Amino acid sequence: MATLHTVNKSPFERNALESCLRFTTPGSSVLLIEDGVVGALRNTRLAPRIAQAMENITFYALGPDIRARGLEESRIIDGIRIVDYAGFVDLTAEHDRVQAWL
Amino acid sequence: MIKKFLYLNRKAPYGTVYALESLEVVLIGAAFDQDVSLAFIDDGVYQLTKAQNTDDIGMKNFSPTYRALGDYDVNKIFVDGGSLEERGLTVDDLLPLTYEDEDDDWAEKPSIRVVDSGELAALIDEQDVIFSF
Amino acid sequence: MKYGIVVNTGPYTHQASDTAYHFTAAALGKGHEVFRVFFYHDGVNNGTRLGVPPQDDRNLPEKWSSLAQQHDLDLVVCVAAAQRRGLLDADEAKRHGKDADNIAPGFRISGLGQLIEAGIEADRLVVFGD
Repeated sequence: MATLHTVNKSPFERNALESCLRFTTPGSSVLLIEDGVVGALRNTRLAPRIAQAMENITFYALGPDIRARGLEESRIIDGIRIVDYAGFVDLTAEHDRVQAWL
Repeated sequence: MIKKFLYLNRKAPYGTVYALESLEVVLIGAAFDQDVSLAFIDDGVYQLTKAQNTDDIGMKNFSPTYRALGDYDVNKIFVDGGSLEERGLTVDDLLPLTYEDEDDDWAEKPSIRVVDSGELAALIDEQDVIFSF
Repeated sequence: MKYGIVVNTGPYTHQASDTAYHFTAAALGKGHEVFRVFFYHDGVNNGTRLGVPPQDDRNLPEKWSSLAQQHDLDLVVCVAAAQRRGLLDADEAKRHGKDADNIAPGFRISGLGQLIEAGIEADRLVVFGD
């Protein structure tokens, strides 16, 4: 019964991502959207925490939001999958529920 | 069909309208006889503090309404212990919310359960619908 | 799959209503059903027809209206949240003695029960907000 968690806040502004990671179970997925895509970047303070979480959680980030912010996909942590809006829809269908960490 | 509904609250009251308007959804939703739980995480725990006094900010103190939730059969109220602890709060700082258990001769019981993040994560994973505010 | 969409932020201040729009359009594009889009909190401000954004900016209320027209979408604005924020249809304006209404085509004003119903009827409820 996997949950898709969405995070739309930068981890440098709000605790949404850190909170999300406290309440995810193995096999869940996290999709970073809007300012939340900042959490997908390499070499940030949060990156080690993400790397650790990636051992049992799948991470996605919304490509349109990454590009809008001038962040090339090459700056995204290896293993985080980039999706578009159609991919976002697919993820909601593939999971049993969606929890938005607003 | 009865669905499992979780209302997940993470914001303090008054600074933004989310706590008040979340409570309004819970009250309306109670009439639909779904399997309802409420969770208070992060600054959401401040929604339940007792002794809220809004006299000087010109806003309505809606915290007494949480006390009525038991009468609406909303009695599964989960509070994240970690969120309380990192804010220097304990359950004694919260409203003493109760309900009358119809399966136990209408005994008055506490509605609030302080749980850890693992229990809350499991609660999230068993829901049909999550309303997040 | 049958979707319920909740929009909790107004247009322009937060990106969330843009994201909700793109998500809804993508879901419809993939052949999913959208049971209802429910606008709550400042999200009700997506339902005004009186906004005049600059010509080189998107007009979100118009985009929602047009999506509703193309796909027979049910766009519901919460009445309690709308009354607080001055979003009125003709009936509401008359009932409250106001001199104008401002609801955009394709939107309707109704109660919070419509949100609960969306939660019950939809296979997935997806919330966009602040």
